[in-house]
Amino acid sequence: MITLNHYLILSALLFAIGTAGVFLRRNLITMLLSIEIMLNAVNLTFVAVGRYLGTVDGQIITFFVMTVAAAEAAVGLALVIALFRHRETLSPDAFTALKW
Amino acid sequence: MLILIPLLPFIGFVVNAFLGKRLPKSISGGLACAAIVGSFAVALAAVWSVVSSHHAMEQTAFTWITSGELSIPFAFRLDNLSSLMILVITGIGSLIHIYSTGYMHDEPDSEYARYFSYLNLFAAFMLVLVLGASFPVMFVGWEGVGLCSYLLIGFWFKKKSASDAGKKAFVVNRVGDFGFILAMLIIFVTFGTLDIQAVAAAAHSTYTPETAGIGVITAATLLLFLGATGKSAQIPLYVWLPDAMEGPTPVSALIHAATMVTAGVYLIGRCAVLFSLAPITLAVVAAIGTATALMAGTIGLVQNDIKRVLAYSTVSQLGYMFLAMGVGAYAAGIFHLYTHAFFKALLFLGSGAVIHALAGEQDLRNMGGLKKHLPITYWTFLIGALAIAGIPPLAGFFSKDEILWRTYSTEWPAFHLLLYGVGILTAFLTATYMFRLVFMAFHGERRHEAPPAHPEEEEPVAHAAAAHAASAHVAPSTKHGTQHAAPSTQHAHGAHIHDAPPAMAFALIVLAMGSVLAGFIGVPHAIGGNNWIETFLEPAFLAPDAVHEAAEAVHAGASVELMLMGLSVGLAAAGIGLASYFWLRNPAASAAWAQRFSGIHRLLLNKYYVDELYDAAIVQPIKGISTGGLWKGVDAGGIDFAVNGVGLGVRGSSSLLRRLQTGSIRVYAASLFAGAVVVLGYYLWR
Repeated sequence: MITLNHYLILSALLFAIGTAGVFLRRNLITMLLSIEIMLNAVNLTFVAVGRYLGTVDGQIITFFVMTVAAAEAAVGLALVIALFRHRETLSPDAFTALKW
Repeated sequence: MLILIPLLPFIGFVVNAFLGKRLPKSISGGLACAAIVGSFAVALAAVWSVVSSHHAMEQTAFTWITSGELSIPFAFRLDNLSSLMILVITGIGSLIHIYSTGYMHDEPDSEYARYFSYLNLFAAFMLVLVLGASFPVMFVGWEGVGLCSYLLIGFWFKKKSASDAGKKAFVVNRVGDFGFILAMLIIFVTFGTLDIQAVAAAAHSTYTPETAGIGVITAATLLLFLGATGKSAQIPLYVWLPDAMEGPTPVSALIHAATMVTAGVYLIGRCAVLFSLAPITLAVVAAIGTATALMAGTIGLVQNDIKRVLAYSTVSQLGYMFLAMGVGAYAAGIFHLYTHAFFKALLFLGSGAVIHALAGEQDLRNMGGLKKHLPITYWTFLIGALAIAGIPPLAGFFSKDEILWRTYSTEWPAFHLLLYGVGILTAFLTATYMFRLVFMAFHGERRHEAPPAHPEEEEPVAHAAAAHAASAHVAPSTKHGTQHAAPSTQHAHGAHIHDAPPAMAFALIVLAMGSVLAGFIGVPHAIGGNNWIETFLEPAFLAPDAVHEAAEAVHAGASVELMLMGLSVGLAAAGIGLASYFWLRNPAASAAWAQRFSGIHRLLLNKYYVDELYDAAIVQPIKGISTGGLWKGVDAGGIDFAVNGVGLGVRGSSSLLRRLQTGSIRVYAASLFAGAVVVLGYYLWR
């Protein structure tokens, strides 16, 4: 029997993997993909909890999150392309000009 | 109709101020003259209807201030007193505008238009001053003429002495204006109205000279008189007027001789009901006026700048007017104001013609023998000088004698003899210094050596020399393009000297006729006249509901009056004779006397060191307090320190905080994550 806890543990694992990706990888595209994993982990939680509670709220919010994620991905990838054209690299450490 | 009188010059001002740069001289000057002449025509019509109907004319332009019980309409009132004033202002103003078209002709177009716009603005404000029916409206004009005076004194503002003189006039006048404002407040608190006629009626019904005592009326009138001393250049605020001669000469004639400086006299005449209730103030007015007349007369005796002599003469004559006001002879004071406007404007314009002819030369010691080169100027100037000296039957004789006679016949027994004595001494001095001027400028041989070799005792020399240097390129001197203005380099001057051009000659001749004829409206009873001017003006000095009792009782002493008249004419003639001895027949004697009394001579030449005294007593302490206390202490040490301190504090703390902006995405992400963990942790485990 797959219970709510299984879903939550899975989404927590996914979220942790995404977070680790953001912190550890040195490639902007991979970092964006990691953020997508984090968002989807949250989506899974929403859907699972919605199912558990017998409401559709979780699914509705998931749709919102997906919409925002799509927009974010578009903007993020566009920025990444622009940055790449500028510096010929995808390492975030190359883009530290905006500091004190 | 009344509103048109100040409005016409104001329109002239607006047009010349905004479009003048693009207009040729004939149009900008013509427009200004048309505006003031039009105003004169309207004024004549208005005065005619007032005189023929025996009723003051009133007109409200708009409601100016309404607040609670206070309501001040912007109202004009034309009664007998203001009738005389507007005729003087627009009439003499017109002549001076016409004269100016000749005098200022060598200015560039834009400067020419600027000059005429100021002149028109001045006329507009002066007319508001005399037509204003309430104190605030009058005050608008009062401040406006002060502004125009400042602008016109500093007309050649590239010359430092001119812009300094403008500032001095403005600042000194501020002192008097503060008295005017305080007086207005006292009057409003006491009577609840600011309409001059209403105040007069209320004061008349509430007080008598005996009951008024030392109280609000005395305070209010003393403060009004403080305002008058500022505007009319009386002790202690007269110091700005001699310096005001830095302005163009027609300005000196219009503003600093004929009209604006008489505003203080007019103010006292306007508030005659109040002043009559305050005997203490009247005594102060008479004393100050007499002291000023004597002091300025003595200074005028030794000055070497032609315009400065006239300036001190103006101060002295204004002192006469205040003497008349102070002894309650308001009509005599206003009468002298009116005759003085003619002959002093004439003298100033004549000196302007001399300066114009000599390419900016103002030092009397470099003149002489101009009689044959400048016949029109000479004869008109001579008429002016005879008029101011009080030779019958010229205008000055009637008005001056009226003042002296009324001083003599006033009620205070011991005081009046002193006033009379000083007054008649001043009359003698007036004749002397005026004819010193005439003889030095027009008679004898032309002198053109450099100023004498005592520079340390010649305070005005540096001043005048600076004026030459500066006026060589800005003043009317540019007429003689190739001829330099410096006196020592004036070669073959005889050939270059030319008499006044037509516009200037016209004004001189009309004013000379005025100086001869103006006095006949005030021929005293003692010599068979009927003193029409006094009967005409008298109602203006009484409260509206007062019974008009004519001062018939005074005429008992007709024989005494004749005797005093003879005395003053004799003294005037003696003054002329003295002047002719010292400066015409025996010039060496004047130098010898100056040597013998060198202490007094130096004291007079340096104007009793009053400027130096004011500088040491007022200007320097204020500068010291401002520099040491206000600037370096309060401003730099307090305000700037606080403002800079806030800036420094923000900068210091932000230099620590900005270390957080590392630029590394991972650090930002980590701090976000850590923050999220902390917030979540707080909610989970609290």
